Amino acid sequence: MKWFTKLKDVVVPPEIEQLVDSMPHNLGSMGYDPWGYNPETAKVGLTVLKWMYDHYFRVEATGLENVPTNGRAFVIGNHSGQLPMDGTLIGTALATNPDGPRIPRAMIERFFPTVPFVYTFMTQCGATIGDPVNCIKMLENEEVVIVFPEGVRGSGKLYKERYELKRMGTGFVRIAIQTNSPIIPVGVVGCEETMPSFGNFKSLAKLIGTPYFPIAIPVILPAKVFLNFGEPIHLEGDPDNETQMMEKVDEVKEVLQELIDLGLEQRGERIFG
Amino acid sequence: MTTKQKPEILVTGAGGELAHHVIKKLRKKYDLIGVDFRKQSHYDDSMVNYRLDFSKRGFEEVFKHHQFEGVIHLGRIFLSHMDRYRRYNTNVLGTQKLFDFSIKYGVKKCIVLSTYHVYGAHPYNPSLLDESFPLKASNISAHLADAVELENLSAIYMVKHPQMKLTVLRPCNVIGPGVRNSMSQLLQRRIAPYLVGFSPVMQFLHVDDLAEAIVLAYAKSPNGVYNVAPNDWIPYPAALQQADCQLLPIPSLPPSLPRQVLKTMRLKDFPVYLMDYFKYPVILDGTLFRETFGFLPQFSLDDIFSYYAQQKV
Repeated sequence: MKWFTKLKDVVVPPEIEQLVDSMPHNLGSMGYDPWGYNPETAKVGLTVLKWMYDHYFRVEATGLENVPTNGRAFVIGNHSGQLPMDGTLIGTALATNPDGPRIPRAMIERFFPTVPFVYTFMTQCGATIGDPVNCIKMLENEEVVIVFPEGVRGSGKLYKERYELKRMGTGFVRIAIQTNSPIIPVGVVGCEETMPSFGNFKSLAKLIGTPYFPIAIPVILPAKVFLNFGEPIHLEGDPDNETQMMEKVDEVKEVLQELIDLGLEQRGERIFG
Repeated sequence: MTTKQKPEILVTGAGGELAHHVIKKLRKKYDLIGVDFRKQSHYDDSMVNYRLDFSKRGFEEVFKHHQFEGVIHLGRIFLSHMDRYRRYNTNVLGTQKLFDFSIKYGVKKCIVLSTYHVYGAHPYNPSLLDESFPLKASNISAHLADAVELENLSAIYMVKHPQMKLTVLRPCNVIGPGVRNSMSQLLQRRIAPYLVGFSPVMQFLHVDDLAEAIVLAYAKSPNGVYNVAPNDWIPYPAALQQADCQLLPIPSLPPSLPRQVLKTMRLKDFPVYLMDYFKYPVILDGTLFRETFGFLPQFSLDDIFSYYAQQKV
């Protein structure tokens, strides 16, 4: 669309243009991939997110050198903050990684495709619905996939439970083993404070068809965010052995907890500092 | 001196554009016999054509008069055409008759043209659906049941009658000069509708590329189901723009509104029961067909849409 091209020309700085163009990608002749990713839309999205990343959340990211500059990887994080700010900030960190920018392929909640405009924009920026088929095919396509295995148990948790890792399913470790993809753990600190929730309005959530409805100040607070990317974890094992897979999940959770503790230590008292 | 007779192939839907391309590609090696029930079709005069409904009794006579080596079954009523009872009769019951006669008269191979619509457009669909993905179309609308039933029927005959090799092809959107399905009609419009806020990625195949896929499938004729789609994708509104259509926005919120609007507008090419295909993507993984048959589409998206754009100049 002409207006979009004009908007893009006005708002997107050359460094973002260059970053997106340099990401490894596998596009068709019209500039789209099978999940709907389009670099031109992604440039606009990344411009906005980079500003929020630098100025609103003042993100400090370490360990980005652990993310491969080419080839498949599975970025696994702790989920928090009611809204998917953690996924957006991890995505921005991957897309602006000085060691080699990557398209952030975030797996998002299944109700999103029914939301007009929002889903289109998200898919054109690299996200897609959290489905094992999507995940496996993206990894086989040598992409970097972001997953929060706690799901809504993590994002919808109350402020009093902050930085407690909730139960994780075994799907992600099975996929990592099946596709021979390294897991890059990332500990997120700060997103719990972006929208502290003091309760869940379950009946309202049911009415509007969302997994939860937080009782919270309806504003995203400018908490400072720390992202610590850990070293790649290469898992091996039998995906059909449930006990073994649960042990692998515990291994990943242990590393994640260490990275969260590191972030809490880095942050100290600077919640909004 | 006697000339060796060429093997005979029955082509259903012979008056359609796809059949023309298939016939052109096969006529050197085969004698082609056409069947179609449409009155206004451009039949190829250089071959034997029967104008009859293959769901009717007289169809068997065609099998009695010829010795078919194979059948290429392209004669389906499009999803947006006629009422669903008529579609069911022709597409499902008619196909059953075709299969029964094929078995009875010793046909060795049969190609069945299905459609990507059988997967159903659903918000939970992942991208790159392979052939084993469940067929959800009947759950979305009873109007799509005939497409799924045709596939179920083919699967039953595949198992029950292994002596006849049956290959089912599920192509993505097939468009190009002369094609009269709903997508092609939409691209021909100067003003074409789309649902505001939804931009489903789609795949498009030129009619001549699908004809080539059918020829390749006929040559090998393995039992099986294959997606036929290129490794190229474009959102529906962008496709309309490539074809130089003006976009006609249909409001999409609240969810009941577009149904009402479409019911009121009564657009033949954008019926209410196909609305979800303009909301949610149904993207096929065509790897199996590509690797089994060495298929590579010759027409790019640019070639395909340029034709529709030039029509409007």
